[in-house]
Amino acid sequence: MTGKIRKATRHVNQNEGLIFEKSSPGKAAWKLPPLDVPEVDAGNLLGASERKDLGHMPEVSEIEIIRHFTRLSTWNYAIDLGMYPLGSCTMKYNPRVNEVVARLEGIANGHPYQPERASQGALRIMKTLSECLIEITGMDAITLQPAAGAHGELTGLLMVRAHHESRNSPRKKILIPDSAHGTNPATAAMVGYAVENLKSNSRGMVEVSALEAQMNEDVAALMLTNPNTLGVFEQEIHKIADILHAKGGLLYMDGANMNALVGKVRPGDFGVDLMHLNLHKTFSTPHGGGGPGSGPVAIRKFLEPFLPRPVLTTKSDGTLGFDYDRAQSVGRVRSFYGNFGMFVRALAYIMANGPDGLRQTTEDAVLNANYIRKGLEGTYDLPYSTPSMHEVIFSDRVQAKRGVKTMDVAKRLIDYGFHPYTTAFPLIVPGALMIEPTESESKEEMDLFIEAMKSIAEEAENDLQTVLSAPHSTRVSRLDETAAARKPVLRWKPEGS
Amino acid sequence: MRYLPKSPADREAILKVIGARSIDDLFAPIPEEYRLKRDLKVPRQMAESEIVEWFRERSRENGDGLCSFLGAGAYLHYRPVIIDALISRGEFLTAYTPYQAEISQGTLQAIFEFQTMICELLEELERMVTPKTACVLIQSPNFFGTIEDVAAIAEIAHRKNVLLVVSIAEAVSLGIVEPPRQADIVAMEAQSFGVPPSFGGPFCGIIATREQFVRQMPGRLAGQTVDREGRRGFVLTLATREQHIRREKATSNICTNQALVALMVNIFMTTYGKVGLRELAKQNLAKAAYAAQQFGKHVKVLFPGSPRFNEFVIATSEDPYAINGRMLGNKIVGGLPLKKFYPEFGNASLWCCTELTTRTAIDTAVGFVAESERSIRSAKEESVEEVAG
Amino acid sequence: MAYPADLKYTKEHEWIKPDGGTASIGITHYAQESLGDIVFVDMPKVGTELTAGKTFGSIESVKAVSDLYAPASGTVTEVNGDLATAPERINKDAHGSWLVKLKLKDPAELGSLLSAADYEKFVAEEGGP
Repeated sequence: MTGKIRKATRHVNQNEGLIFEKSSPGKAAWKLPPLDVPEVDAGNLLGASERKDLGHMPEVSEIEIIRHFTRLSTWNYAIDLGMYPLGSCTMKYNPRVNEVVARLEGIANGHPYQPERASQGALRIMKTLSECLIEITGMDAITLQPAAGAHGELTGLLMVRAHHESRNSPRKKILIPDSAHGTNPATAAMVGYAVENLKSNSRGMVEVSALEAQMNEDVAALMLTNPNTLGVFEQEIHKIADILHAKGGLLYMDGANMNALVGKVRPGDFGVDLMHLNLHKTFSTPHGGGGPGSGPVAIRKFLEPFLPRPVLTTKSDGTLGFDYDRAQSVGRVRSFYGNFGMFVRALAYIMANGPDGLRQTTEDAVLNANYIRKGLEGTYDLPYSTPSMHEVIFSDRVQAKRGVKTMDVAKRLIDYGFHPYTTAFPLIVPGALMIEPTESESKEEMDLFIEAMKSIAEEAENDLQTVLSAPHSTRVSRLDETAAARKPVLRWKPEGS
Repeated sequence: MRYLPKSPADREAILKVIGARSIDDLFAPIPEEYRLKRDLKVPRQMAESEIVEWFRERSRENGDGLCSFLGAGAYLHYRPVIIDALISRGEFLTAYTPYQAEISQGTLQAIFEFQTMICELLEELERMVTPKTACVLIQSPNFFGTIEDVAAIAEIAHRKNVLLVVSIAEAVSLGIVEPPRQADIVAMEAQSFGVPPSFGGPFCGIIATREQFVRQMPGRLAGQTVDREGRRGFVLTLATREQHIRREKATSNICTNQALVALMVNIFMTTYGKVGLRELAKQNLAKAAYAAQQFGKHVKVLFPGSPRFNEFVIATSEDPYAINGRMLGNKIVGGLPLKKFYPEFGNASLWCCTELTTRTAIDTAVGFVAESERSIRSAKEESVEEVAG
Repeated sequence: MAYPADLKYTKEHEWIKPDGGTASIGITHYAQESLGDIVFVDMPKVGTELTAGKTFGSIESVKAVSDLYAPASGTVTEVNGDLATAPERINKDAHGSWLVKLKLKDPAELGSLLSAADYEKFVAEEGGP
């Protein structure tokens, strides 16, 4: 793009191009120290394996990089800007102290293979976090290895499979309620299980009689989210567990909604055999635009032999170390020990809260969801009247009669300064609006949100086009997703190539 | 609790609006018998200053200030300071997966640029291949630091009608080592590009394929498109591959895409760029070459004929754990003993040098190894003399 | 929408147009409308054996994906290559855009499929357009 004169036709911040379009030979943002060993001839050392050219990798200066990414950042919405009521995603405040402690020298630069006696700090962090999570879930043991929630599910089901195989009772099926996250069936399929759907009843819960009818010796486990994706606590959880256990099946809990339970009730106390946690949801590690996550799996004692290798142990001299000698282990599920940086953040969060703070956090999350439910009841259709825990699900039934769908309301919400709620999930609610405020919202912020939602409902009656063509305040308007999928352009190419 | 933005009066007011007498009303759906009626046994609520101090203590216990020769899949390279300055912006740090494209263009454009740079680094995999049924998987540079002859392996694989998958653990090598152009799929770890080792994670795994396999790929993809006014913009695309749509028929169960880590990698690649990445790789090459040469004066350096990047294997006479133990006293972490992974390798250890490894550190480590060899030799000579005497 | 009388229909919203011992297969107007803008069709190769009632491919819009079910058994003799680059043709003319052609195993199988009138009634009951 060099040599071409560009005019500022819009605010420069709104018109930032791709980094490649700023590149020109000779610009640089790097400087290496002088080499303190003899120079080498790469051709001599590498022969035919020597690379000569790095194609169109950019050449830009430091200030350009800072401006480029700072400008891009302003096109994002973020929790730091305002309410992010994405149901199921738990977009709570990400405390800054978490980031500070994760960057301490010995923690950020710790090498996973450094000798155990020079790793006691990292191992102590893992041990302390493990103990906290075991206590919070009421389970007996834990692995921190899985890299995110879906990976936790995979690890969990591998352990379920190993358990059944060890009892010479390989099973073929996993039961999954129709309200479940898509990851549950996808995970079951990856582990080689057939997926059997379980229909929810009119209260949005597992129908115990249906479960009883579908349960047999071929069922390896039920994957249950509790509270489920309708934000409803499965009140007959003990009956569900009993039905499974009677026929040798296991109860797997998807812990995506654990933030509704922490400090109030423990899955280990209501019959769960194993579960994963999402540290990036319940325990405040940042979502970072889509990751990294961390998905520890907590288990009951009888599953301990199958934990992924290596397992953290306390040695006879009181120091911490890893046990690799685990004959029945499902093996490694990740290189090294998991997303350690996320363990640090989650533990810092638990410490900042303490037992009283964790309980208050859960109570506030449930309080907030019910406040929003109350505020919008009557304006938006409430398909299930069952009490809400940490999130509330409305439908667009009323607005759809005017041609306004959940996605239209969501896009219009952007103009009011809020991130949209989760649209069109769970699948059992046609046109769902899934709202999870989390504990991080003040009453004032929620009042603004309720006002905005009511105002959009009015617009749906009186000012239809404004809603249907929203958002109006963003850098780009609605994007053509069809064109993107029909002829995918997944990378930049220089002009003329 | 300092993260919670409500006063007791706010809570009371909200309860009143909801029509609940107390917070317990809201938890009534949970059967009484299961409700926890005590405090969780977790550390008490701590002040920020206490939290920082607790982790400082752990940091000190964790090899803070050590000079390390460890690689083997986690590499310590210099991280330009602008990486943390930029990724600490709340707009990147505290955003969700960019489902709502209109208010996520920053993350989406960054992913698109990331995809482009990775394709440039790996060079485009454009040659068409016929559908095949199995694959050959190799790593280059491999676990012992040597560079595989990808072209030759590719020829055999493709002749036998199988796919070639090449994995790259040390991304910095791409600055000076030919990319595996002939591969059908590349699996790569980009941790070297600006991501701290962080005791093993989070890192940044990447899969790159020829275009024809793109609908079989797991994970998120950003694609270019236009908005209603024809302006360039980006969206997550080809989402029908994913679990939230295809459920049990999805290509994987993945939701997370390590976006923030990918952003670190992105900023690192942008900072070093076309010329810097080569120069950085050259320094790594030079440091490892010097170290291997110095070690070679005292012990055997294995695989001498194969080209290598920044790692190499030496075979000492003494157990490397013992040598490393002495070195640790001098704040040096020696190479990784291989017997844990390959018992047949005896006393071999894998050493890594990056641009951060100083000549002084190399010379000191070589000194320890030389000393070890000398004492073993003189011990042997003594016992020979004893036998002779 | 008038459903052509020379086609037979299934409850999975496919149509089949017999032509002697062969037939072409597509998806119905109702199906394309419920899917929305179609972006990709995953189709079998020439020579693939299809079994009536079983899936033989899938069809995708931006945010939905539907399996394709074979209305009849037979061997694929031809695949509509135009749809690879222009899947939007199905949105424009669902009943004129065939996906694959089959050599029928048992033309009598078609006897049990829905007529245009029956299909129209079926769609109306499903709450369709």
